[in-house]
Amino acid sequence: MRGLCILLLLVVSNAALAQQTGEEVVLGLSQNRVSISADFDGSEILIFGAIKRETPIPRQPLEVVVTIAGPSEPLIVRRKDRRFGIWINTAANRIDSAPSYYAVATSGPFNDVLRHTEDLRHKVSIPRAIRSVGAPAEIGDSRAFTRALIRIREKNNLFQMLEGAVAVEQQTLFRTSISLPANLTEGPYQTRVFLTRDGHVISQFETEIDVYKVGLERFLYNLSRSQPLVYGLLSLAIAIAAGWGASAAFRMLRQG
Amino acid sequence: MMIYLPIAEVSVNLFLLLGLGGLVGVLSGMFGVGGGFLITPLLFFVGIPPAVAVATSANQIVASSFSAMLSHLSRKTVDLKMGMVLLVGGLIGSAFGVMLFNHLKSMGHVELLVRLCYVVFLGAIGGLMLFESYRAIRRARRAGGGPVYKRKQRNWIHVLPIKMKFRTSGLYISAIPPVLVGVSVGLLAAIMGVGGGFIMVPAMIYILGMPTKVVIGTSLFQILFVTAFTTLLHATTNYTVDMALAVVLLVGGVIGAQLGTQIGLRMKAEQLRILLAALVLVVCAKLGLDLLLRPAELYSVSTLDRL
Repeated sequence: MRGLCILLLLVVSNAALAQQTGEEVVLGLSQNRVSISADFDGSEILIFGAIKRETPIPRQPLEVVVTIAGPSEPLIVRRKDRRFGIWINTAANRIDSAPSYYAVATSGPFNDVLRHTEDLRHKVSIPRAIRSVGAPAEIGDSRAFTRALIRIREKNNLFQMLEGAVAVEQQTLFRTSISLPANLTEGPYQTRVFLTRDGHVISQFETEIDVYKVGLERFLYNLSRSQPLVYGLLSLAIAIAAGWGASAAFRMLRQG
Repeated sequence: MMIYLPIAEVSVNLFLLLGLGGLVGVLSGMFGVGGGFLITPLLFFVGIPPAVAVATSANQIVASSFSAMLSHLSRKTVDLKMGMVLLVGGLIGSAFGVMLFNHLKSMGHVELLVRLCYVVFLGAIGGLMLFESYRAIRRARRAGGGPVYKRKQRNWIHVLPIKMKFRTSGLYISAIPPVLVGVSVGLLAAIMGVGGGFIMVPAMIYILGMPTKVVIGTSLFQILFVTAFTTLLHATTNYTVDMALAVVLLVGGVIGAQLGTQIGLRMKAEQLRILLAALVLVVCAKLGLDLLLRPAELYSVSTLDRL
């Protein structure tokens, strides 16, 4: 009960703070659509914006947090162990939902910019963006699996924690650039901007960046899912034509 | 230049893939092998997911075996009847193989199975080839006529029921052993993404007692249909055939194969065999070490519907 009261208080005070400051984000994106074509080699998204306000600038410094999240899906994380002299998968843990891509850019050290309670509420930091309810009883340490997921995805640039990557000028203008790696999954990428003062979120803005395969990539992918038999036959036809064509072409070359 | 593969969903260097296809093409031209047993592990090394690598190499082998079979057909060195019997077994084996593959995939062991199969078979074949060609070279040095292998005229195969006449091979044997050979090759094709010629050719010579001149053509006939069937099964059940990857590998492969044939004509058969054996053993050792040594990352992430 007491906890609830404190929570309520927090919510009320935050709402009051947001009301009182009345600051709003006006956002611009270098592109709101990313096309994965055959030569797609990653992309860089420039996120910039201004803060609209009717009141004078408060004394506490303004901080900005930008997040981009790819579509979420359930995952299985497996751990290898040594059995019979070789390394094989022995333990598995299900992660209920994790974004396929997640980047957080902040204007300062994460813990200074956003309080822990705000992080819990808005699910901003990387561990908060992953939802893992529980592990089967035989796995004692389910956190290790979540940590492994973060480690693997950070190595592939799929999870990025960019502290201090947002430049804020005159408490009014901000900009940052976030790189998208080449191995992206399709879907809407939810983009959020938080304005914070003293670690509290005072304003929030959301938009989407669409990431989609285009052209041949899109055609092949769709065909393989919607008409797998046709796709399989087409692959075979191409293989047979290539095999036959190559031997015919080189025969002609040798004779001619 | 990077190319984004739509099914594998990874971005890979185009020239690396072309080079891989070319390298395997050169080898298959030089040694007369399909190259499936090399291209699948090489695809693992460049970071293609194993399921996609296996399915796409099956598609790749369709191309190389088709062009090779055409030339054998024109020379009439294909025993079509034997091919059909082997094929019946091959299709059964392939269907079982894909089922086993999907079952293990859901348990998270598919990568292990594929790698283990490779280590065992590459090790065995590479070792045997190295031993054989070493003996052949020693025999050639002594300049004496090597021992003549005599085909067994009667063995356990001749007492089995359902006998059939295979005119092109000049055989009158039971249909059961060819079907069994076919089943085992089909299984391997589905699990390893290989044609299985390197297993089938010795089996046809030593177990079925077929004459050597029809063995290669007939095995190509069987391989063509089994790999085509495997490709279709993987495409319809796993969605793991990557057409863009296949096309790039094909382009490299067909050019490489022609180069390889030219190189092969200028080298001695024993030298070729030793080289091939060494290569097979190197790939085997690399795959084996990956299983034996402690991996740098103990954890792996997979989504629910694909590997």
